[in-house]
Amino acid sequence: MSSASNWLSQVFSVTSFGIRTLPERKGSALTTAIGIAGVTVVFVGVMSIAVGLRSTLMSSGRDDVAFVTRRGADSEMTSILTRDDSRIVGDVAGIARNDKGPLLSSELFVIINLPKRSTGSDANVPLRGVEGPASEVRGNVKIVAGRQIEPGRTELIVGAGAAREFSGLEIGRKIRVGKNDWDIVGIFTAEGGVAESEIWTDAAVLQGAYQRGTSYQSVQARLVSADKFDAFKDALTANPQLTVDVVRQKDFFAKQSANVGLIATIGVFIAAMMSLGALFGAVNTMYSAVAARGREIATLRALGFGASPVIISVLVESLFVALLGGVIGAAAAFIAFDGMTTSTMNFQTFSQVAFAFRVTPWLLGLAIGIALLIGFIGGLFPALAAARAPIAISLRET
Amino acid sequence: MSSNGEVLVRIKEVDKVFRRGSEDINVLTGLNLEVAKGEFLALMGPSGSGKSTLLNLIGGLDRASRGVVEIGGERVDQMSDRDLAGWRARHIGFVFQFYNLLPVLNAERNVELPLLLTHLAKAERHKHVDTALNVVGLAHRTKAYPRTLSGGEQQRVGIARAIVTDPTILLCDEPTGDLDRKSGDEILSLLQALNRDQGKTIIMVTHDPHASHRASRTVYLNKGQLFAEAPE
Ligand SMILES: Nc1ncnc2c1ncn2[C@@H]1O[C@H](COP(=O)(O)OP(=O)(O)O)[C@@H](O)[C@H]1O
Ligand SMILES: [Mg+2]
Repeated sequence: MSSASNWLSQVFSVTSFGIRTLPERKGSALTTAIGIAGVTVVFVGVMSIAVGLRSTLMSSGRDDVAFVTRRGADSEMTSILTRDDSRIVGDVAGIARNDKGPLLSSELFVIINLPKRSTGSDANVPLRGVEGPASEVRGNVKIVAGRQIEPGRTELIVGAGAAREFSGLEIGRKIRVGKNDWDIVGIFTAEGGVAESEIWTDAAVLQGAYQRGTSYQSVQARLVSADKFDAFKDALTANPQLTVDVVRQKDFFAKQSANVGLIATIGVFIAAMMSLGALFGAVNTMYSAVAARGREIATLRALGFGASPVIISVLVESLFVALLGGVIGAAAAFIAFDGMTTSTMNFQTFSQVAFAFRVTPWLLGLAIGIALLIGFIGGLFPALAAARAPIAISLRET
Repeated sequence: MSSNGEVLVRIKEVDKVFRRGSEDINVLTGLNLEVAKGEFLALMGPSGSGKSTLLNLIGGLDRASRGVVEIGGERVDQMSDRDLAGWRARHIGFVFQFYNLLPVLNAERNVELPLLLTHLAKAERHKHVDTALNVVGLAHRTKAYPRTLSGGEQQRVGIARAIVTDPTILLCDEPTGDLDRKSGDEILSLLQALNRDQGKTIIMVTHDPHASHRASRTVYLNKGQLFAEAPE
């Protein structure tokens, strides 16, 4: 009577009877599933923003690129470096080279206003002045349409994210920046990184247009290898002619992920509130399921079926409804959000960073896990109630 | 009490009290009953007199407030819930007034239910199911679902389910209460045959004096106690 296989077959039978009567209760089961689906959609939606933004910021930085700014400047925007500073940095050992010279780019940026495609209202876009090796320093920048800018000319290349989010950034068009019209000559990608949200031009031209003299804001240098970083940094910080901070480019962008944490917190909070609602729905559904199955359960128990198969069968049914909701919600969220693009304020540069929502398998799994948790908690008390209901009383209630 | 030997059911000085709110309802008070192996006992009494309650105590579905309930030498009143479930599966066949078949299962599967609690293999279970459905005269409707069967046929499935494990006792709570006279008579004949031909011990609750005539003995429940004669 108490052998494990016998018990399992009881569990299996009682559970399958429950699941087979589910169609008779589909109204309330579906309502619950949809409530749980709603939780899943919201959770996946908000979290895919966090995941997407984080991945944009994280894929922007490299270990073997040193990012040099003025000491104490808390962002690139408040940093200033002279041409001499830039030259000194370029002379330090450890910088990688190609046939044209060291892989080093001294850069500055200004913020320009462009209309967003989505709303038509103006938003800030970084216009970055770079030097020839800038693309190779970063390693992931590729011209996907048009051509590179040429030094000394009022030409622009536009990051694919910026081109997508803002209007008027097609190749061949001109945009007015300061006193001049600038020609858009190319579109580039950067593997989804932050650079894709920027517009680039020649550093010297930008210095002239914005009366920046010969000053820069940062120097980015590709090192021979990542483990040369410490020596490179020490050489710069020990040099009395310089007052600079040196960080790995990767760490620089990681610091910008701070607001990702806020988005994730908001997402979890909203999902938690909604989960509470869905949980009440699930509890209700399972209590009414247990009530509807009351006589069947009492009959089975009278025949000698045990209490634990009853508990498990109610839990399985609840988990089944929750799984249904979770899968529907996850699928809907995937279809609705994955790859959807938008941009948001990057508080480090006070300009827009374009990114794609990312619905990862991990995120979908987590969401379905939350759905199942709601199902489990929602089914637990009704399941215990079903098992504890005195058989004699349940049999009377017909 | 019994003529032909072995006592199967022994109930001594049993009280059953239900609490409703702050009020105690004394349903059974100092009740005594012995049922011999092979008896067909009819249990009569007014509605609400405690017939189902008594049957539930014998079947291990409820517990006495006081006294002894002994079935086949085992103290049912002292068993744990878990042991009781296994004990019911081995010893008791229940027949309910409203059949209590599972609507999602066909006749065959309904009858097979109690066998899922045994170690019988599938082939053996089928043999037992076929035999039981044969005994109740439903061999031709094994695949039928309850909603496609008449009340009388559903009760036959109910009886097949109750006898398929060859239990020690059949407990029937108003088995004809929901049937017309003709179907009811057929069910009573079936129970009678089970008692006469297979020696099944049967305890049957009924309202119907006509039904009680089929039994080998009738007892009357009134004011918490049993009487051999119908009270005035
Ligand atoms: N679980 C219970 N809780 C409270 N009262 C009950 C319960 N079960 C039965 N009763 C009461 O006990 C009395 C006997 O019930 P029952 O045994 O069903 O009578 P019968 O089957 O003879 O009609 C009734 O008054 C009924 O209301
Ligand atoms: Mg009754």
